[in-house]
Amino acid sequence: MFDWKWEFAWEILPRLVSATGNTLLAAGAGYAIALVLGLALAIAQRSPYRGLTFVVREFVEFIRSTPLLLQIFFIFYVGPQFGIRLSPWMSGMIAIGLHYSCYLSEVYRGGIESVPKGQWEAAIALNMTTVQKYRRVIIPQAIPSALSGMGNYLVGIFKDTPMLSVIGVAELIHTANAIGSEHYRFLEPFTMVGIIFLAISLPAAGLIRLAEGRVRRKLGLK
Amino acid sequence: MELSGENTPMVSFRKVRKSYGALTVLDDLDLDINAGEMVSIIGPSGSGKTTVLRMLMTLEQINSGVIYVDGKPLTHMPKSGKLVPASERHLRSRRADIGMCFQHFNLFPHMTALENCMEGPVQVLGLPKAEARDRSEKLLELVGMIAKKDQHPSRLSGGQQQRVAIARALAMRPKVMLFDEVTSALDPEVIGEVTNVIRGLVSEHNLTMLMVTHQMGFARDISDRVCFFYGGKIEEQGHPSELFGNPQRERTQQFLSAVREAV
Repeated sequence: MFDWKWEFAWEILPRLVSATGNTLLAAGAGYAIALVLGLALAIAQRSPYRGLTFVVREFVEFIRSTPLLLQIFFIFYVGPQFGIRLSPWMSGMIAIGLHYSCYLSEVYRGGIESVPKGQWEAAIALNMTTVQKYRRVIIPQAIPSALSGMGNYLVGIFKDTPMLSVIGVAELIHTANAIGSEHYRFLEPFTMVGIIFLAISLPAAGLIRLAEGRVRRKLGLK
Repeated sequence: MELSGENTPMVSFRKVRKSYGALTVLDDLDLDINAGEMVSIIGPSGSGKTTVLRMLMTLEQINSGVIYVDGKPLTHMPKSGKLVPASERHLRSRRADIGMCFQHFNLFPHMTALENCMEGPVQVLGLPKAEARDRSEKLLELVGMIAKKDQHPSRLSGGQQQRVAIARALAMRPKVMLFDEVTSALDPEVIGEVTNVIRGLVSEHNLTMLMVTHQMGFARDISDRVCFFYGGKIEEQGHPSELFGNPQRERTQQFLSAVREAV
């Protein structure tokens, strides 16, 4: 702490800011993939087709039981052996998106299961198609109770983006490490990275709580 | 494959059987309901009353037998000269004839009263919004809920919610309306506002109605026929004046006297 050099900190700030952009982009893109894919997985697990629900359930279990780091390595290094050549960026976002989609599918599943059975029956009595049931009746009621879980995983994804540094994605940790190696000074870059993570995670959690209340009110759910 | 002839019933249960594992809920049920008829189902709990409505709404699958609506099979479809269990697609094409109101209303909480009524016509029937709104507002007027059309269900009393639910079901213009213990979850002082709406439907609309109820007085007043269910079978049925005034079967007599004592 007594060795802290403000001059150096200011000098490396622009690089860290641009790396923050990369981190946010990776987290945002991964989260977008996870949101959409997670919902698809949750709905597929409830489908009347036994084979499909079995495969999806096992897949979700498999992804949730293996480390994200392994999945990142697998897609980036093993993918090419199967003819799938992806840039570090693409591999990283797909790995994060896939990994978190499985966690989010559980959040969605909980939300969907919290919708009373009578709502499904009312939707059947109105002769709705399966798509209409989910889109108009079930999902709008499942989302409010899923929101806090969805928010937690947004922060979770954000904090997991440093894993992408292992395949060379220039996010915060990767950049801080590079700066440290160039200047033989690690105190400032890593401290600043910590502060940046904190400065984004904390307000994000607050905003999510705020959004949750707003969505609930908008849907008339007190 | 189809029922035909002059007096084809609007609803016809033919040897319908329903069981959950070893428990038989309905045992070879035969029941015809004519167009425009109001039939009430009474009986002790566990006698299969509600199951009759739920099977007709296709909320429950039947184990054997066939249910016909308007002469055409509902639970089955013709395939190479035989009746086979209906696909979801067949059910969707036939279910439009039936509407249902539930004990716990089951309004969509994220929609206003008006939106609840418009939802089916717009999404399922594909009606233009203006037309669906017009139709829904007329029905909310009919059930006396037009003043609350922009309220969410959480702001409405049970009786009010049930009246909106009736309007929502009617907005689909079903041929058959099912009422499943629609007053059982209501406070005593608001039961009248719901039964009055149903009374109005009986006198003014040519709807076929099937109602499960615990309100004997109400069933007696408005039904063309009352069926007493016991142990998954129709123990006795007839005109309300006969069934309530001069029940023939011992079980009917016991049930009715038990109900009277409770009141």
